[in-house]
Amino acid sequence: MEEQLNNKVISEQEEYVINMGPQHPSTHGVLRLVVSLKGEIVKNVEPHIGYVHRGIEKMCESITYPQIIHLTDRMDYLSAHINNEAVCLNVEKALEIDIPERVKVIRTIMAELTRIQSHQLFWATFGMDLGGLTCFFYGLRDREKVMDIFEETCGGRMLVSYNCPGGLMYDIHPNFQKRVREFLNYFRKTLPEYDQLLTGNVIFRERTKGIGRLSLKDAISYGVTGPVGRASGFSCDVRKYEPYSAYGRVKFNEVLFDDGDTFHRYLVRMEEMRESMNIIDQLIDNIPEGQYAVKMKPVIKLPEGEYYQRVETARGELGVYLISDGNKNPYRVKFRSPNFVNLSVLNLITQGFKIADLVAISGSLDLIIPDIDR
Amino acid sequence: MDNAKLSELIRSFDTEIEIKEGKQYLEISVPASNLFRLASLLKENEDTFFDFLFCLSGVDYGNDLGVVYHIRSTKYKHSVVIKTRISDRNNPSIDSVTDIWKAAEYHEREVFDLLGIKFKNHPDLRRFFLSKSWGYPLRKDYVDDINIVTKS
Repeated sequence: MEEQLNNKVISEQEEYVINMGPQHPSTHGVLRLVVSLKGEIVKNVEPHIGYVHRGIEKMCESITYPQIIHLTDRMDYLSAHINNEAVCLNVEKALEIDIPERVKVIRTIMAELTRIQSHQLFWATFGMDLGGLTCFFYGLRDREKVMDIFEETCGGRMLVSYNCPGGLMYDIHPNFQKRVREFLNYFRKTLPEYDQLLTGNVIFRERTKGIGRLSLKDAISYGVTGPVGRASGFSCDVRKYEPYSAYGRVKFNEVLFDDGDTFHRYLVRMEEMRESMNIIDQLIDNIPEGQYAVKMKPVIKLPEGEYYQRVETARGELGVYLISDGNKNPYRVKFRSPNFVNLSVLNLITQGFKIADLVAISGSLDLIIPDIDR
Repeated sequence: MDNAKLSELIRSFDTEIEIKEGKQYLEISVPASNLFRLASLLKENEDTFFDFLFCLSGVDYGNDLGVVYHIRSTKYKHSVVIKTRISDRNNPSIDSVTDIWKAAEYHEREVFDLLGIKFKNHPDLRRFFLSKSWGYPLRKDYVDDINIVTKS
């Protein structure tokens, strides 16, 4: 008995706690992880967040609907366009406005370009986290081409703010279609390079296969969505089951795997880039003619009520829950951000793995910290 | 299952609930004391099987505080919204649903942090974004002395 007690005391002394972050290269932002270790084995991970908490939900209560759009850019800055779209769709749904087909198609193309550039950056930084620095150069080189398309049409590169309630801020640039086609031809050739460089790499596979496994039951219970959920076999693609914009009439596959480990979370994103290119392919040549925006009243007031809109960002399901009391400011806005929910599984899936795997696992969750803190 | 059948079934779980058809989802209003029982029935029942909590929000309605649960069934693809109100503003508390949906753990911590609603039986209820001395900013009576978020 005493021996057991002693054992316990000794093991407790052996377990020690280290701080990872808030400034750490592999957390990609100011996320602080308090990691309890026993030797090299992770026993517990406790995320501490709030370093970039700006109170966006509170701020929204004192500004108008078109202004909210610019705040959503600053949540998940890699899915900026899709975040904007979520608010716009919600406002349009509340006002029961019909949006021109042209707008829907352009929004879908832009959203898929956003998804591609986000996954490119994921690939670049994930490779870098695991020691393949070349990935970083390849990924950013190709992402720059998408950024240039954004810059030409929207003016902004990352925080595009291209949507507004009722349509788009301005029409597409005359070069848009040509540039997108050029990009697709280019990226179809370079995407196999990504596979050669990283997917087939033995060291990479050893470090990711079977690491940080998340079961389907846990994925649903924790509400994990996006590529992380789909790697575990959770069919959670909002584009499929609640189609918005032009997703209802394009053909694409929902990428699903059953393994749920780090490698398959990576693989889902690689396949999604191909699916995104297919979606753009179907739309880019037949953008309907018409207006790029519906004329809206200068002051937008939503009818009293509650509205919920969900969209699929590059990281999962973003929900915008608006409560309106009939004024020009919303009464309450809640953003159900995908990263906040995805972070909650980190402790579960890292337990029992080595400290070096923690970097791989948190990298594969592809967390964007401003989206967690809001 | 269509909404009419679903609401009939849910009505049989609890006599104190009100169900109305919203614009988007079925909306169930339930007293805070019955929430946990209703939530576990919605999850466990074979015909409802709401296993995916996709949003949990705290709302300040003025006199009352409220918690809104958006849930969905991955098997039957139907969704409902559960709404509950807490009238005690000074010491608001409600049962945690973490045992039913693990996703609630983080969402409830966020609601506690920003609205000050205490969740009973929550495994780890601490402030999340803000420090201990901070007020509860999402409450409508929150005073923002230094105009840090609201413009006056």
